Amino acid sequence: MTATHLPSPKAARAGSGAPPAPAPRPRRRRGGAGGLALTLLTWAVTLVFVAPALWMVLTSFKQEADAYTDPPRIFFEPTLDRFREVFAADFAPYLGNSLMATLFSTTLVLVLGVPAAYALSVAPVRKTKDVLFFFISTKMLPVVAVIVPLYVIAGRIKMLDNIWTLVILYTAMNLPIAVWMLRSFFLEVPRGIVEAARMEGASLPRVLWSVMLPVMAPGIAATALICMIFSWNEFFFAVNLTASQAATVPVFMTGFITSEGLYWAQLSAAATMVSLPIVIVGWIAQRQLVRGLSMGAVK
Amino acid sequence: MSTTAVPREGTRRTGDWARRAPLLPALIFTIVVTQLPFLVTIWYSLRSWNLLRPGSGQFSGLDNYVAVLTDTQFLGAAGNTILITASCVLVSMLLGIGLALLLDRKFFGRGLARTLLITPFLIVPVATALLWKTTMFDPVFGLVGFALSPFGLGDVDWVSSYPVASVVTALVWQWTPFMMLLVLAGLQSQGRDVVEAGQVDGAGPRQMFLFVTLPHLRRYIELGVLLGSIYVVGTFDTIYMMTQGGPGTASANLPFTIYQRAFLGFDIGQSAAMGVIVVIGTMIVATLALRLIFRTFMATEEKLS
Repeated sequence: MTATHLPSPKAARAGSGAPPAPAPRPRRRRGGAGGLALTLLTWAVTLVFVAPALWMVLTSFKQEADAYTDPPRIFFEPTLDRFREVFAADFAPYLGNSLMATLFSTTLVLVLGVPAAYALSVAPVRKTKDVLFFFISTKMLPVVAVIVPLYVIAGRIKMLDNIWTLVILYTAMNLPIAVWMLRSFFLEVPRGIVEAARMEGASLPRVLWSVMLPVMAPGIAATALICMIFSWNEFFFAVNLTASQAATVPVFMTGFITSEGLYWAQLSAAATMVSLPIVIVGWIAQRQLVRGLSMGAVK
Repeated sequence: MSTTAVPREGTRRTGDWARRAPLLPALIFTIVVTQLPFLVTIWYSLRSWNLLRPGSGQFSGLDNYVAVLTDTQFLGAAGNTILITASCVLVSMLLGIGLALLLDRKFFGRGLARTLLITPFLIVPVATALLWKTTMFDPVFGLVGFALSPFGLGDVDWVSSYPVASVVTALVWQWTPFMMLLVLAGLQSQGRDVVEAGQVDGAGPRQMFLFVTLPHLRRYIELGVLLGSIYVVGTFDTIYMMTQGGPGTASANLPFTIYQRAFLGFDIGQSAAMGVIVVIGTMIVATLALRLIFRTFMATEEKLS
């Protein structure tokens, strides 16, 4: 480590030659040809990797006949008919259910999670570590282990095929992630802000609402987006606990299992539409995605 | 931790409940919704209860566990679970490292490439599974067959002939972005001084990777493997959509088998016993994961304070 600041021709060439002040980490700079080759390779790999997704979007604009060709067809006359067909197949109620399950559960997660994260970071309770450990350990409990009693209990209290059952379960599913993630944001808030407000005699709800909330807004938004992704994509509870009334969009997709051989273009249109909202959410939240997926451990 | 968790002695007793109040709703909610059903699962697992047999539900001790642990279908599913989880995590981690290394330099369209590469993780998994089964793996019109036809693999019926490998392929596609993001975060947290020191010492690119970058990435790779395992072990949607556990039970994993036993076989007792066994297995992996998350988390916290 002592060698870091020694003047060296190699270091001068590798770094930008700037003073050792907070400069960005030097990235490898290649000569023009090598760099270009690496860029082309990166793009080729990227396109091959996302080809199935691009193919899905492309196929969704096809006539069914254009979807079944050998070799596969890239150029064709695009149409929106497949999207119309999906809506004609009573897609809207599923979409409504998914929106409800996602938005209500995310709201509930924040209502429960923000105060909890506050109590585990800014004004920590005793046994903070144990509580955090408990929250995250529930995330490791496989959902298959609880599906049977949930089914039986929901049946007894007449909550099967009810959207609120999903809202409650999705809240429980996302709450541990949200608490951990929100806590990691709370810990970044400068301590002085809260203490100054408390000194001036502000009550706890007031501190939370008018001091913390504005500072925390980006973190809360990121947490909400992560929760939305997980709720929207959830399938296991949705398929086992709902039927005709409360089924969400992943359940709608099961309708294509039986007709799979016949309607690829329509399947692709449905898949595109079902995924689009959450893909956009994920793109917006991409900087925070890694933080949410690692429960705040990695930034 | 040191700066946050130590309340002053004087305020401790009076402030205790005020401090706890914001935590309690979330804590109670989580206990009620996640822990109580699991206790009921244990209760069910000790009874002989099949919904098709009226009057069943008597206490039967550990009979269900004996039945399940000697059931070849359950053991096969357990083997498949390990196979699917291990191969998915391993392959997606290797691909993720490769993609992260490619993305860890400035190049034209880097932001767009990164955005595209995370997309497979965001697409609704049931849709991913169906698309792989049809437009990708179809023996006649599928894209995979078309791409592999120069190698004489043009008309293989992938899903029927290699159901487990097909499921793993769709899962790898879905999980590689997750690994890539974790490794990329690791690469970008690498200290400038360390990189420079290596270069000063005259390390070439390969040596730099093996002796500087890889050891630094170790914690991120471990985290990715353990978190990935926990998520992938519970895979249900991909198998449900692609193979329904078939042909026969060739590609059934534990979540799918439990689902079958409960919702198609109506055997509440046995499926509950399977659930309990899965939890015990997961707990072993999870304990390792928890320790790692704590270590990583506390390390970044110390860096902050």
